[in-house]
Amino acid sequence: MTTAPAKPRLADNPTPQGRFGAFGGMYVPETLVAALTQLTSVYDQARADQKFWDDLRDLLRVYVGRPTALYPARQLSERARRLFRPQGGDAGGATIWFKREDLAHTGAHKINNTLGQALLAKRMGKKRIIAETGAGQHGVASATAAAHFGLKCDVYMGAEDARRQRLNVTRMTMLGARVIEVQDGSKTLKDATNAAMRDWMASVEHTHYIIGSVVGPHPFPMIVRDFQSIIGIESKAQFLRTIGKLPDAVVACVGGGSNAAGIFFPFIDDPAVRLIGVEAGGHGSAPGQHAAPLSHGSPGVLHGSLSYVLQDPAGQTAPVHSCSAGLDYPGVGPEHSFWKDSGRVSYTSVTDDEALDAFLLLARAEGIIPALETAHAVAHALRLAPTMSKDQHLLVNLSGRGDKDVEEAARLLKARDERSPT
Amino acid sequence: MPRIEDIFAERRSAKKGALMPFVVAGYPPVKNPAVKPRPMATSEVLAALDGAGASVIEVGFPFSDPIADGPVIAAAMHEALEAGVTPAGIFDDVASIRPFIKAGLVAMVSVSIAWRWAGGPRGFVAAAARAGFDGFIFPDAPLEESGELLGACRDAGCTASLLVAPTSPPERVAAIAGACTGFVYVLARTGITGQATPQGEVAGRVGEAVKLVRRSTDLPVAVGFGITSAQDVRAVVAPPPAGAGADAAIVGSVIVKRMGESASRGQDPSSAAAALVAELAGGL
Repeated sequence: MTTAPAKPRLADNPTPQGRFGAFGGMYVPETLVAALTQLTSVYDQARADQKFWDDLRDLLRVYVGRPTALYPARQLSERARRLFRPQGGDAGGATIWFKREDLAHTGAHKINNTLGQALLAKRMGKKRIIAETGAGQHGVASATAAAHFGLKCDVYMGAEDARRQRLNVTRMTMLGARVIEVQDGSKTLKDATNAAMRDWMASVEHTHYIIGSVVGPHPFPMIVRDFQSIIGIESKAQFLRTIGKLPDAVVACVGGGSNAAGIFFPFIDDPAVRLIGVEAGGHGSAPGQHAAPLSHGSPGVLHGSLSYVLQDPAGQTAPVHSCSAGLDYPGVGPEHSFWKDSGRVSYTSVTDDEALDAFLLLARAEGIIPALETAHAVAHALRLAPTMSKDQHLLVNLSGRGDKDVEEAARLLKARDERSPT
Repeated sequence: MPRIEDIFAERRSAKKGALMPFVVAGYPPVKNPAVKPRPMATSEVLAALDGAGASVIEVGFPFSDPIADGPVIAAAMHEALEAGVTPAGIFDDVASIRPFIKAGLVAMVSVSIAWRWAGGPRGFVAAAARAGFDGFIFPDAPLEESGELLGACRDAGCTASLLVAPTSPPERVAAIAGACTGFVYVLARTGITGQATPQGEVAGRVGEAVKLVRRSTDLPVAVGFGITSAQDVRAVVAPPPAGAGADAAIVGSVIVKRMGESASRGQDPSSAAAALVAELAGGL
């Protein structure tokens, strides 16, 4: 069921000024303020309009294939118990469950947000949408929504990401979108986001910018979270129906943080459910070697909001690294910063190597090839589940499928084998 | 605050418009095959522009992710950062020249940079004021996010100018103008820096925006974005109906571009900037 998300206590954020505690806000040039104000008021109207949610629910059902399945990954749970059993005792090991967002149309959770925002664009009478994309999943989901609703679509993508996610570039082009490769800076998601914001500065009167994650100026972090909350809402209902109780822990990967926000938010006021976000640990904790702002960053302003960010002492955004284009981003959504500081969600990271191992393990144990982003969440779940008891349940947001990643993963695995032949 | 107020008062009594060139601190870096590139001394540029007809000079603090800037200024910022420019270095450099120049100095700086300074935005503004800056523009802090910054500028005795955009509704323009000190910055068009604003629009649409601002404040009005030639400067400061009737014209990307070109030809970027500013001042 898609309805306006209920608003319990901790979830009663942001403030009308877009604040999640100290985080969030709207740090943009004046040119964009009118568009953000319009978006806030159009979203407020839509949020209170049952017809809007009915339209979106129908679309999610017949076009996206929702609800997505809840799947007990029994072989993987058993492998996790054998591989990562804590020394000095067997806790029994929790059952790992997957919320199968990889089965949603276009292969990831991103479509939940782009269809919702495309409906808002229509309400605002805007005929063109733009998007930034890292792994290309949000770009594909935006191009798909544009094709569905007859909108013009331009997608900004860092040239390095376009190289490592070539399949998705082709998909976007097939869907009728124009992919604009960004050659600035690190040629990745941060630079694509800058480019999209610059486009919007000039085109704001007739263009809607569909931000792909729970980042950016208010009201984007709230809107994207709300559209992605369908993941957690369905998960809760499926757990109650399947095993008669909620899961004991929920794990999701965090780049900007939209799939994590979507699955966490409906559980945020269920304190018995542990929530764990997994950032990209890259090659290690040294500066420039990872993309884990919640683990290693400090508060700062990037792309319109105040949140944890990886930056140098002079306030310049620091270089980041992840094998996963979707997590290769120096910032994170402001609500995650709020959840971190409030202690409600704990955040950790896994390395490129751990993610690659999980990628292969999941493919072979369950016959599911996950996105490299998603593999980070799986890698942490493999370590966490064996520390839990046999009657416990660990839910992982399987946020996307890995077709886009198979070539890059094969390249990385080959390079690794050549470095350390076994 | 007195310096910028005095400068505009003097220009107004002389019935003259003011020219406000924009430069990127540390750009273009000094490149010598023998040593590592180092940031250009902004003090040299300021000294050259001071004598060339600049009333107030905007000094852009390089930021890794400037979302309002076009390719020319964004690339200049990246080059300056790679050469090692820092806010502390800019302060030292500006302090060294401040006693010798008449022009007002305005820091154009992202809130991100001010936020990261030890002591936060308040400490940043205080340090910049000590170095000799007279005013501030935080291009990514709209009215809603400006409270602390405005207070810090007031306490440091500096001006704070907010932006008015073509997309700002009239009641909001009044609120923005009311919050500014020193001067109000009117954006000639939507979009990023470095794209031309058609001259016909300056007298018409931009003139309307200037008039709207004047309804709520007596502060001087400066117009920037897409002002590229002496003719454009003329259109900004000429009284209606021939022009927009603003107090000042802000010119950025063409100056930054000219400085980069002169450096790559092995010439002195400061002199090139001064020559261009003198030419632009012909439009006043």
